[in-house]
Amino acid sequence: MTDTPTARPVSRRGLLTGGALAAGGALAGGAAIATTRTDGAERPDTVGADATPVANVGGLVEPFHGARQAGVATEPQAHASFVALTLRAGVDRTALARMLRLLTDDAVRLTQGKPALADTEAELGLLPARLTVTFGFGPGLYRAAGVDDRRPASVADLPSFRVDRLQPAWSGGDLLVQICADDAITVAHAQRVLIKDSRPFATVRWVQQGFRRGPGVEPGGHTQRNLFGQLDGTANPRPGIGLDTALWVPDGPPWLRDSTTVVIRRISMNMETWDLLGRTDRELAIGRRLDSGAPLTGTAEHDEPDFAATGPDGLTVIPDFSHLTRAHVTDDRLKILRRPYNYDGAPTAQGHADSGLIFTSYQADIARQYLPIQRRLADRDLLNEWTTPIGSAVFAIPPGCRPGGWVGEQVLA
Amino acid sequence: MRTATSPFGSRRRSAVALATAAALVAVGAAGCSSSDSPSSAQSGPSASASAVAGVVTIRDPWVKAADEGMTAAFGTLVNDGDTDVTVTGATTDVSSMELHEMAMKDGTMVMRQKQGGIVIKARSTHALEPGGDHLMLMSLTRPVQAGDELTFTLTFADGRTQQFSAVAKPFTGAQESYAPGHGEPMTGMSATPEMSTSPAS
Repeated sequence: MTDTPTARPVSRRGLLTGGALAAGGALAGGAAIATTRTDGAERPDTVGADATPVANVGGLVEPFHGARQAGVATEPQAHASFVALTLRAGVDRTALARMLRLLTDDAVRLTQGKPALADTEAELGLLPARLTVTFGFGPGLYRAAGVDDRRPASVADLPSFRVDRLQPAWSGGDLLVQICADDAITVAHAQRVLIKDSRPFATVRWVQQGFRRGPGVEPGGHTQRNLFGQLDGTANPRPGIGLDTALWVPDGPPWLRDSTTVVIRRISMNMETWDLLGRTDRELAIGRRLDSGAPLTGTAEHDEPDFAATGPDGLTVIPDFSHLTRAHVTDDRLKILRRPYNYDGAPTAQGHADSGLIFTSYQADIARQYLPIQRRLADRDLLNEWTTPIGSAVFAIPPGCRPGGWVGEQVLA
Repeated sequence: MRTATSPFGSRRRSAVALATAAALVAVGAAGCSSSDSPSSAQSGPSASASAVAGVVTIRDPWVKAADEGMTAAFGTLVNDGDTDVTVTGATTDVSSMELHEMAMKDGTMVMRQKQGGIVIKARSTHALEPGGDHLMLMSLTRPVQAGDELTFTLTFADGRTQQFSAVAKPFTGAQESYAPGHGEPMTGMSATPEMSTSPAS
């Protein structure tokens, strides 16, 4: 060994990470090694105040069982995969029950940090990172099962909107498997397991993968930013009675009570034309300030907008065509829960972005809550200039299940 | 056709199984088998109805879905007792069954019948898994569809039996080659009825 007495045993881990610096420095002699290493080790600490403890992101568990499915009111995780399946011909009520027993079992195990049954990559099942798996039923599932009378009335194809440029590749679906976690590998593994167990029953119609800020990057409860830089979801109903009122069907038969619905719209965002706008125009389009998310008539994100306030020019401060104006509702019964994820595909050869939003709207009743807002937005929202809906799907989110039960049992049993 | 000896063929193996069974019987007779729940103390088919009163615990059981032919069941056998337990046979209503292991033969992993049964040591576990020991369904009489629940009955060397149910999973992994002609007589074996009359009973 040419190393100095201060040298520590080189671990394989060290070689793969910060230790690589030291390996490079070895040519310059032992003293240099120590210096380089120290620098490398200290660099992360200089960003934070003191030594930042590593948060136990991987070990955090979201409960699976309950009257309502997880993954809706759950604080949004960093990564999501929305998997829409098309049922194979002949998959009927009993086959669906078999399928959902299997998928529920996978979800129970993986969300609790255990490998799935017959998990071929068992080690990937050990860090749930707040994994949730949420199942949604499209109109076709109720038809296949012969239980169309149990389909929530508003779970039907949406009317077409003027702004729509929908592609079949991102639209429709009989069964939704929504997978969310604070870790991308956890999501990938869960997706693999769930799709493998789905294959005898269904084909993959589309998969949409998206992301938000990583865990710990911002304190919980922050409104997410989309790739236009806008705070997205400010007007969400507040946790508690407001959220419960907006989300959950409060009564009715077992297949409806504690259920909700989701609309998933893939919104392409034209980064190139958005780039042409100045900051003022961007803020007028949205009706909010880009930095704080405050309405143009306020100073803080959650200030109530004053749509009547006028500026020196006599025009309303918040334009009538702004996204805020068009989307605004105050009654919790009419609100929607937005839980969107960003997507960012590979740019074209010319460097044009393929960016957008996996817009998700959860509500007790699509017809009562989502459609009126969507109609107003499709009608006059200035943001339509830079955004294009290219995918659309609707699903009922049936009630949750107890230990030993399975998601969908109230609908299919 | 196979001989009239035990399903495991070898007289030596039979002797081992017999010895194990004898030990279990001795423990049972002494009335101090604390690991036995009361209802499982009586051996024989009548005691098999209750899966709760098991000889062993079966953790995470599953069976590989298949339309026809052969398939296999897996899980982890847990022996919380103070004596070794030997599984000598398994039955299910959709197929004859054998106890199998994977072994190296001429440089390849092959599947073959497990001689002497599957021994679960006292206070330990034994994994039945793809690529290892497993419960083989030799010839399905109907498809085992993904999500189906199948009931299995294990027979132990002392004649006790135990039921468990396993869910059918779609599974393509660990496709080892099968060596039916290897070692002991296996073809034409109608596994379980004979297994229940193994030397232990």
